Amino acid sequence: MPKPDDLHFFIDPNRCIGCQACVQACTECDTHRGESMIHLEYVDRPQSVQTVPVICMHCEQPTCAEVCPADAIKRTGDGVVQSALQPRCIACGNCVMACPFGVPELYEDRRIMMKCDMCYDRSSVGKKPMCATVCPSQALFFGTREQIDALRPLSAPINSFRFGAQTITTQVFLMVPRALTTRDSYLDVAAAMDEQPQNRGISLKVLPGDPFAEVEV
Amino acid sequence: MADLPLDARGPIDPALNTPGREGLTGTAPANRYAPTVDREQVTIAPNFAPPQLQPAWRQDFPIDWPQDLYVERRDFMKFMVLTSAAFTLGQLWIGAHNWYRRRQGRPPILRIASMDDVAVGAAIGFTYPDAHQPCLLVRLSATEFVAFTQTCTHLSCAVVPRPAEASFYCPCHEGRFDLRTGVPTAGPPRRPLTRIVLDMRGRDIYAVAVEERTA
Repeated sequence: MPKPDDLHFFIDPNRCIGCQACVQACTECDTHRGESMIHLEYVDRPQSVQTVPVICMHCEQPTCAEVCPADAIKRTGDGVVQSALQPRCIACGNCVMACPFGVPELYEDRRIMMKCDMCYDRSSVGKKPMCATVCPSQALFFGTREQIDALRPLSAPINSFRFGAQTITTQVFLMVPRALTTRDSYLDVAAAMDEQPQNRGISLKVLPGDPFAEVEV
Repeated sequence: MADLPLDARGPIDPALNTPGREGLTGTAPANRYAPTVDREQVTIAPNFAPPQLQPAWRQDFPIDWPQDLYVERRDFMKFMVLTSAAFTLGQLWIGAHNWYRRRQGRPPILRIASMDDVAVGAAIGFTYPDAHQPCLLVRLSATEFVAFTQTCTHLSCAVVPRPAEASFYCPCHEGRFDLRTGVPTAGPPRRPLTRIVLDMRGRDIYAVAVEERTA
């Protein structure tokens, strides 16, 4: 049974309070044996306690699967990129290097890559992923577009990201200020890395225009 | 809230108590958020070109599970035809092999020794059916003789008779066979020793056949 088409994952990094509840909830799951598939990224640790939850963005162009030499990373028909297939994975770590979001993790002792699969055992039967159910501030939200529009009138979901010359569209949405977005908005992640974020803030470089336009490298 | 810039996708009714969308379980009209791509073909190539313009190897190594599991009717037929052809050729080969072996005829009847050459509890070596297959003839009692090839059924080492222990002993991997029947009793061998069928003619012992056994 596939994940329902009308349910999406929305990440709102500004709402993350760094409580690690998602990490603990993910760790308790038996499908990946006590390892957490989600982690919190500190934006600017010396200056701020602001964290960003990092889950798999489930790209429409999964770079991890593109670079996999063993053909081990597959995507189900509903667009969920799954963990490496155990009989195929050779634990080479190419996906770990390639993923622009830093999601896949290599477990050397088990010789396998495991990554967030949007709790496929739960989401495929219509339940929310575990991290979204436990997040106290709804920084991780799983629901319909209507729900997120009603809950966050000042934010708009965005799913185009640009890393230098590479443009990626994802199944998971990131909430950005609605005032900055247009129809073709995209997030320039590489540019955000260069900027020093303001205190207690997250710099989201939302740029208007065609995300798929040619860029000069 | 009315002053906010509208989402580019058009106005969205945030009220969740409108008829048909009560609570937080409302679903969008199907035409608004309809998937833009076929469910079977959700992956978009990194260069955003349509599937027809992608290199051919992408069809062989698809990222999507439905495509990966999909087997074309032509590929399935090819597999079936080639597999049946392989089975047919195998049957023909087995038939030809059987015919060839039958054409070789039965092994020759050879005189091994006289009964008086072997003491009770002793063994002598001989070769049968040709000079390259060493065998052992063991006298169990005054009237009982058995003969086996000397080849261990594990890895073809030469077995050594040990009548005092009522066994053949393979020194390579500590294998043991029963002296009377040749069945394995210890160690790695699983199959009994190949038996040589004997025939007594007067006081002479003849080897008349080779009996391969699997269990």
